Amino acid sequence: MNDLVDPFVENVFMLRSLGIGVLVSLCCAIVGTYVVLRGLAFIGDALAHGVLPGVAIAVILGLPAVAGAAVGAAVMIGGVGLVTRRSRLSGDSAIGLLFVGLLALGVLIVSAADSLTGDLEAILFGEFLGTSIGDIWFQAVTTFVVAAVAAWSARPFLLLCLDPDQAAAMGYRVAVHHRVMLVLVAATIVASFQTVGALLVFGMLLAPAGTGALVTRRVGSMMVVAAVVGVLSTYLGLLASYHFSWAASAAVVMMAVGIFFAVLIANGIAERVRR
Amino acid sequence: MSAVVSARRLTVGYDGRAVLGGIDAHVTPGAAVALVGSNGSGKSTLLKTVAGLVEPVDGVIEVLGALPGRCGRDVAYLSQHRTTALALPLRVIDVVRTARFDQRGRFARRTDEDDRLVAGALERLEIADLAERSYASLSGGQRQRVHLAQIVARRAALLLLDEPTASLDAPGRAIYLEVLRDELRRGAAVITATHDLGEATECDRIMLLARRVVADGPPADVLTPDNLLETFGLGLTKVGDRLVVTEHLHDHRDGDAHPH
Repeated sequence: MNDLVDPFVENVFMLRSLGIGVLVSLCCAIVGTYVVLRGLAFIGDALAHGVLPGVAIAVILGLPAVAGAAVGAAVMIGGVGLVTRRSRLSGDSAIGLLFVGLLALGVLIVSAADSLTGDLEAILFGEFLGTSIGDIWFQAVTTFVVAAVAAWSARPFLLLCLDPDQAAAMGYRVAVHHRVMLVLVAATIVASFQTVGALLVFGMLLAPAGTGALVTRRVGSMMVVAAVVGVLSTYLGLLASYHFSWAASAAVVMMAVGIFFAVLIANGIAERVRR
Repeated sequence: MSAVVSARRLTVGYDGRAVLGGIDAHVTPGAAVALVGSNGSGKSTLLKTVAGLVEPVDGVIEVLGALPGRCGRDVAYLSQHRTTALALPLRVIDVVRTARFDQRGRFARRTDEDDRLVAGALERLEIADLAERSYASLSGGQRQRVHLAQIVARRAALLLLDEPTASLDAPGRAIYLEVLRDELRRGAAVITATHDLGEATECDRIMLLARRVVADGPPADVLTPDNLLETFGLGLTKVGDRLVVTEHLHDHRDGDAHPH
């Protein structure tokens, strides 16, 4: 029992990591649900990687990394909109172009600036165990704002997932709500990348919500299951990181993905038994 | 009688490119209009324009006295193609309830009237027994009935139905036709896009479309072999109360197209 609780009781850094992990899990549960239901996985992945040049430039200029990530995300969303409007390319192709373009730019900037070499690992894989009180406050405010906007937009968001044309015919401003959804995805990634890392934040958006989709028949319940899976993954991942010296953010994401596959397999077995 | 939909010299299309032009229409409450034509004839584009989903290319259109899309609460639109994620965790009753979302405030709870209309719509489409089932687990025909139940639950003044009998089996089509008659008796105006001439003859008026209006009027006047040949490239003849394919239009190598 002590091995399960003591790491968090005896070490302030572990308790802080758990705290911010819970907040990241709640934020990702809300937004990840819409990422899964609306099929935004690719733009989510692209946003997670596309923040890299913004973060690198911010670090070089001595600005907060979060500000650089926010600019990177804005460029990604604006660029995808511009390419789809000005060309006949599908949304996926536009996202792919911006994704590789920004990622390549980020790698060029990082490789050209020797001072960034150490920071690159932190950008890509996060600093879960180096969480400060300020990080926790920032994540708490972001999670609250994301939850409030998602609650305000719950009905149009659901209609958007069900049938955008029907939603538009009912008078909902579909394009506006779609952009709001993208901004929530971007805000979640920008706020969470310092903790979980740019490469792995996407896993926390997708795996817990995907698990929720496997076992629920209501959107609200899907979010609750996603939150529970996210928090459980955070706890188990941090514990594994403490005891086995695993990279914390990778351990947390692996737990979330592992739970998804465990539930998927269990569902398959349960279905066979029912037949 | 005041028009539910009024169009003059309307041209519809996408991004300024015309798909269908020369539309003059005056649809009154309780009237049913069938838009009939082959794929690409402009049926869906016209419906989307009336629903306010697509900007008209040219001409004038008013829906319930306003510009299209400005009176969403009084319009029910059934789309032909949906991209609904199968992972969407919703019960059938939840899907039908979404049809009432715009009838109340953003955070307002469901009213007794909402529940009554939703339950009534499920009954009328004969899917009340599916109410608690997962939407994702339904067949294509069952899903189409769910979306028709949404249309009924809206209690709208104008129903815009794009291929409403798509994926419905024979009993499903019979139920749809009953629902259509009920909605017309209630005073709703209905515009439906269809390939199905049998379904179209249930309407007061048929517009035959082939990127232009080939014919427009009561079914008996419009469904002539010449009009159908022009619309579909198929010659059809009425034998008793059935329409029979008698001619087939095909292209010769010299580009001349004619029926045999």
